[in-house]
Amino acid sequence: MELSPFYQELITSLNRGLMMSIALIIPSVIGGVLIGVLAGATRTFGNPVIRKVGDTYAAIFRGTPLVVQLFILYFGLPNLGIYLSPYVAAVVGFTLCSGAYQSEYIRGALLSIKRGQYLGAQALGFTTFQAIFWIIVPQAVRRAIHGCGNEIIYLIKYSSLAFIVTCIELTGEGKTIATEYFRFTEVFTIIGLYYLALVTVAIFILKKIEQRLYVPGFGRS
Amino acid sequence: MPIALSTVIDSLPYLLQGSFITAGIVVSAMLLGLVIGVCMAVGLVFGNKCIQYSITIYIWIFRGVPVVVLLFLFYFGLFNFLELNFSAFTSVTIVLGMTTGAYQANIFRGAILSLPQGQFKAASALGMSNSQAIRNIILPQILRMSIPAWSNEYSIILKDSALAFVIGAPEIMARTQFVASRTYQHLSLYIAAGIIYFLLTWAGVIALRKLEQSLRIPGYTHHGSN
Amino acid sequence: MNDSSPILRVNNITKSFGDNTILNGVSFDLVKGEIKVLIGPSGGGKSTLLQCINCLVVPDSGDIELENEQIDFSSKQDLYSLRQRVGMIFQDFNLFDHLTALGNITIALRKVKKISKKDAEQRARVELEQVGLGDKEDLYPAQLSGGQKQRVAIARALAMDPKILMLDEPTSALDPELIGEVIAVIKALAHKGMTMVMATHQISLISGLADEILFMEQGNIVEQGPPSLLLTSGNSSKTQGFCDRLNELSEVEA
Repeated sequence: MELSPFYQELITSLNRGLMMSIALIIPSVIGGVLIGVLAGATRTFGNPVIRKVGDTYAAIFRGTPLVVQLFILYFGLPNLGIYLSPYVAAVVGFTLCSGAYQSEYIRGALLSIKRGQYLGAQALGFTTFQAIFWIIVPQAVRRAIHGCGNEIIYLIKYSSLAFIVTCIELTGEGKTIATEYFRFTEVFTIIGLYYLALVTVAIFILKKIEQRLYVPGFGRS
Repeated sequence: MPIALSTVIDSLPYLLQGSFITAGIVVSAMLLGLVIGVCMAVGLVFGNKCIQYSITIYIWIFRGVPVVVLLFLFYFGLFNFLELNFSAFTSVTIVLGMTTGAYQANIFRGAILSLPQGQFKAASALGMSNSQAIRNIILPQILRMSIPAWSNEYSIILKDSALAFVIGAPEIMARTQFVASRTYQHLSLYIAAGIIYFLLTWAGVIALRKLEQSLRIPGYTHHGSN
Repeated sequence: MNDSSPILRVNNITKSFGDNTILNGVSFDLVKGEIKVLIGPSGGGKSTLLQCINCLVVPDSGDIELENEQIDFSSKQDLYSLRQRVGMIFQDFNLFDHLTALGNITIALRKVKKISKKDAEQRARVELEQVGLGDKEDLYPAQLSGGQKQRVAIARALAMDPKILMLDEPTSALDPELIGEVIAVIKALAHKGMTMVMATHQISLISGLADEILFMEQGNIVEQGPPSLLLTSGNSSKTQGFCDRLNELSEVEA
């Protein structure tokens, strides 16, 4: 079946946009989880000052729209003489915002681990590092995985905001073509299908990971 | 006074007027979402296979497609195609309402499933019809139970409403962008917008917490809400 | 090593939390194969004393000598090696919730003692068999009853080849009908000559197993002696009075 020139052009652009979206999503997911773990751990175990800093960070980035954060990074910082490329501004914005939400899940997971688990490890002669690595982390991962997974799904969807700071990804490519041909319904339906595919694949992978890590009865008490 | 600051002060009334529009969008979207969410939750739990299947697909779509894409699709696409002359405000409200409806459906579904079986049976035993039991016994309980999750939805929808500017609804973000493009004071203006959103987020969360407390029934515990 | 020289020496241990003195100069010696039972009212310091012996709670002052080596409380290496040689059974088990019964036992063997996975599993199976749970190795803690959990915890401690086993009220978190299976395991251990320090309110463990009873009150050992001395009828010891009350309680419960 031969596609009409319009659809050929559309699919070519959307595939290019998809690559850009993935290039935005992957580093932001990794960065977000890393910051989330760091901020979540300091917000749980840090001294009061560090804790306050962590809480403030999380409150600010969770209390304001991502699009405002992106505008500040891309359009606002030049007022201070700091210029970020569209790609860098988008990845930094996504990472910081996602990290704030991730830290919330990590903190919840760490708080829910009973003290006896650490005590039990200590009593067997585990060093502090061994107890954290073999007992605390595996349990925290299992408790946090569901929330963190949901946050990753959100991040995939919000990567569609990158075009607002002129980083042309899936939505941006589509918008260009839709405006040019004024065929919004077809174009954005197809873009929607692209995102549905991305999100569905991500949900599938996360489910597999959750099943892998499943422990009967764990996390219910 | 530095110009960055004076610009913010001068334009503050204009920005704050936008917060009424934002509030209008959020409140109507939440209410629309409530209606959609409750109907779908009831359909998911009590409906037949065909109803359940359709609702599941609706939820899958609205939870999987970004709000910006939906805004473009509905405002420039579908509504145009169907020759519905909806304003940007109405379009944003509908899109956000349908999105939060998908999430609220899952919230209410969880709440219904967490109700003890006996509640529905006891209502039937008293001679209530299914719809009477749902209206008088099930709904009052699940709505109470869902307020914490609802407050989470509120803060998400409030932040999503900032995307309304892409189709030109004159809310906070659109106004900020308008002023910024004329004064070049992007940094201070967007920080001001961020502060307004921050305050609106917490005001709503606190209001909902108050609501939850005022509706609390002594000894009534949640059996798990999500 | 001469059998009568103490394997554990606890000398003048003190511990306070803020203004609250929990241990006020506690001393005792333990020889190989001996079983000491700590009894006394709750809040008397039994649990803290046990936790001080393997430094889960580091004492404020005093000495602990294990196998004639004094423990340096400020050296982490000393503490880790002490805890490897002193097994601990907790009231609420503290099994690792994300690991199977087998995994609970092998994790310390592999990570702390650096034993190969194969050898660790072999050892773990022997220990599970000993406590009568040979068929439960793949179950997770949430799938075990309280009595089974405590038996896994005992197997986990024994797999480390401890010189001493400490038990902190091992049966008090259990439903009455599950206590018996744990008591049976502890008694079997005693018959094999395991050196133990145990805090318990179980009369059968106190009178049946103890070589010496230590009665603790307000952070001190206020009475000590063999059950034959302290528990003879007509004796006016605090221990006798305390055990009488326990007896009455257990009759009421039964």
